[in-house]
Amino acid sequence: MSEALAFVREASEPEEPPPTFSSGAAAWAKANLFSSVGSSLTTLAFVGLVLSALPPMIAWATTNAVWSAPDGALCRQHQDGACWAFIFAKLDYLRFGSYPISERWRVNTVEAIGGCLIVWLLSPGAPRRDWAALMFFSAYPIMAFVLLHGSAALGLPIVDTLLWGGILVSFVTAVVGIVFSLPLGVLLALGRRSKMPVVRLASVMFIEFVRGVPFITILFMANTMLPLFVPESWTPDRLLRPLVGIALFSAAYMAEEVRGGLQLLGRGQYEGAMALGLNYPLMMGLVVLPQALTMVIPGIVNNFVGLFMDTTLVSIVGATDFLEAMNNAFKDPAWSGPTIMATGYVFAGMFYFVVDYGMTRYSAFVERKLAKGRRR
Amino acid sequence: MGPGLMSGTEGPVNRARYNDPRVRGVIYQALLIAVIGALIGRGGYNAYVNMQARGIPMGFGFWNQIAGFEINLHLIPYSGVSTYGRAFWVGLLNTLLIAAICIPLATLLGFAVGVARLSPNWLSSRCALIYTNALRNTPLLLQLLFWYNAVLKSLPGPRQSLSLGDVVFLNNRGLFLPAAIPRPAATAFLAAVALACAAAVAFRVWARRRQNRTGAQAPVALVSAALLVGLPALATVAAGAPFSFESAKLSGFNLKGGVQVIPEMAALAFGLVTFTAAFIAEIVRAGVQAVPHGQVEAAAALGLHRGLATKLVIVPQAMRLIVPPLTSQYLNLIKNSSLAVFIGYPDLVQIFAGTVLNQTQAAVQVMAITMAVYLAISLGVAGALNTYNARHALKGAANV
Repeated sequence: MSEALAFVREASEPEEPPPTFSSGAAAWAKANLFSSVGSSLTTLAFVGLVLSALPPMIAWATTNAVWSAPDGALCRQHQDGACWAFIFAKLDYLRFGSYPISERWRVNTVEAIGGCLIVWLLSPGAPRRDWAALMFFSAYPIMAFVLLHGSAALGLPIVDTLLWGGILVSFVTAVVGIVFSLPLGVLLALGRRSKMPVVRLASVMFIEFVRGVPFITILFMANTMLPLFVPESWTPDRLLRPLVGIALFSAAYMAEEVRGGLQLLGRGQYEGAMALGLNYPLMMGLVVLPQALTMVIPGIVNNFVGLFMDTTLVSIVGATDFLEAMNNAFKDPAWSGPTIMATGYVFAGMFYFVVDYGMTRYSAFVERKLAKGRRR
Repeated sequence: MGPGLMSGTEGPVNRARYNDPRVRGVIYQALLIAVIGALIGRGGYNAYVNMQARGIPMGFGFWNQIAGFEINLHLIPYSGVSTYGRAFWVGLLNTLLIAAICIPLATLLGFAVGVARLSPNWLSSRCALIYTNALRNTPLLLQLLFWYNAVLKSLPGPRQSLSLGDVVFLNNRGLFLPAAIPRPAATAFLAAVALACAAAVAFRVWARRRQNRTGAQAPVALVSAALLVGLPALATVAAGAPFSFESAKLSGFNLKGGVQVIPEMAALAFGLVTFTAAFIAEIVRAGVQAVPHGQVEAAAALGLHRGLATKLVIVPQAMRLIVPPLTSQYLNLIKNSSLAVFIGYPDLVQIFAGTVLNQTQAAVQVMAITMAVYLAISLGVAGALNTYNARHALKGAANV
């Protein structure tokens, strides 16, 4: 061993900065946008797409749009922008249809109460949500009907359903669908899992029949055949016919959701309830259904989303829902113009998107909450 | 509790007959039958009386009567003097036509969007997310009306058509595609295509057998592609071009020649494809993400590179989850094509449950036939799906 001179460093070297692409925005971009040649090309293609499509769309909806005008003349001059003035001018018609102006407070009241009940029902921490459910599924529909249709005894003038229209009809259709389809769907799901062959067969036939045909044909059937199958003196109301159709239609879909929940529930729950000596209604009402329904809340809410979108089809049998009111509004010659239709449909799209996407987010939120409870 | 247990123990057990679940079951079912029977009987009687009173035909006699209305799209010969029965077949074929066009296109677009949604590229996954959310949360009817009224109707007229290389034209009269006119060489070409398909299938079967026997793999995809491209190309070289393409030409105020896709059909097909593709994309995403990550890691541990792992490990497992909901999307597409009635595409519902019903007033018969058709399609597809599921279910896992 030679006497090598020992070198001992006394101060550490200055730290080098981390490699450029290991932290911060640059690293994120490298990992998520430019991880490979293909990925980089994809990114560039999408950037090009977004840059070419988005600015004109935003300009169409904001800077180039006509926000206020007495009639369509101004909109006909600005053909490169939306005509929001048309929406403002027709907003009342889009909300109420031809509902008499002096009675529109009744619609507002019903919508406000319904909104409060729904918020109460859906808020996770709210007290006594079972009361909210009870009211929403029993007292509220009756109250809403009396208030909207009117009653001589209460001094409210009768408003014929032919005058109802717009968002009011969309909401009425959706609420009737929800209120009737859930109990009917539960009954059908229980019937489908029943041990009694006749009950099972009847449920299966109803569910598979309704799910096998388009909703339009159910509406046509309700519209043209329902009046034939009841005594001549009844003549079901024009709006009642599609409501019957939508209730039966969504009940079949609801039944399949509920059946999914019933199948998820372990046998032990049934056996435990039976061992406690509960009879069938008590077993279902106290043990099985509360658990099964909770498990499929996301599916049920997703069903409601579909139901709300399907309400647009009721116009085929003469009901004036929101979309049909929009189509009617297009016919006003004072507001004719090349941009009117696009504006109207975009506005309608935003309305449905807000409602449906809200419900979808809620169902995703409940799903996460339920998953949390089951995680160990 | 069987009756044998009760007899002879401690005298007669004081138990009412109606407490026996089996007796009660019979009573309930008899009640249900009575209620349903009464409803049907009463409803049928009402229908009979009402139809008599309004002079509505009872039988199917209208089937052979002259319809007297025109249909602007018919795959079989049809004119104003054809019968209602003929109109039914025209409508049914138009419904099947739109399904046959839309299902492959929606599948392609849906898988493409689904793959984009799963891509590690943030931008493409975001764009796919916006696409699926926007289309899944707005009503299909609104989308169809938008495409038909706001987009197609506001396109320029035939003289200012939008065109793609003067081959494909789009204007407010519809979409004009070039027509393929068969030449004498077409027979040889089609025979070559058929031969190539058969040879590719045979090669695949042989490769599968050999792999089972020896473990050696054969380049199935490469050979199939070579066959499918090569044989028809060879036929073209040997016998000449099989088709001549004739695109539409402007003559007077309209485009003549080529294949005209009427605007109703273009809007319906576009709307159905984009809408259904959004749902298919979600199904694809959910199916692929449901494959446990351990499978991917195991494939990597076996030394499979990403392409092979996808092809041999991920896709076969994901497909098992994708196919059932995919089938129900196809059924939804067929059922949704009935929205044609809103924009005037002459499908089964628009022609038969619309015009024919209004003219003949035979509501019960017409609705029964229309619903039976859709029901038959649904049950047929459901049966096919059950066969597929039975064949592809996990072996050994009895009932998952």
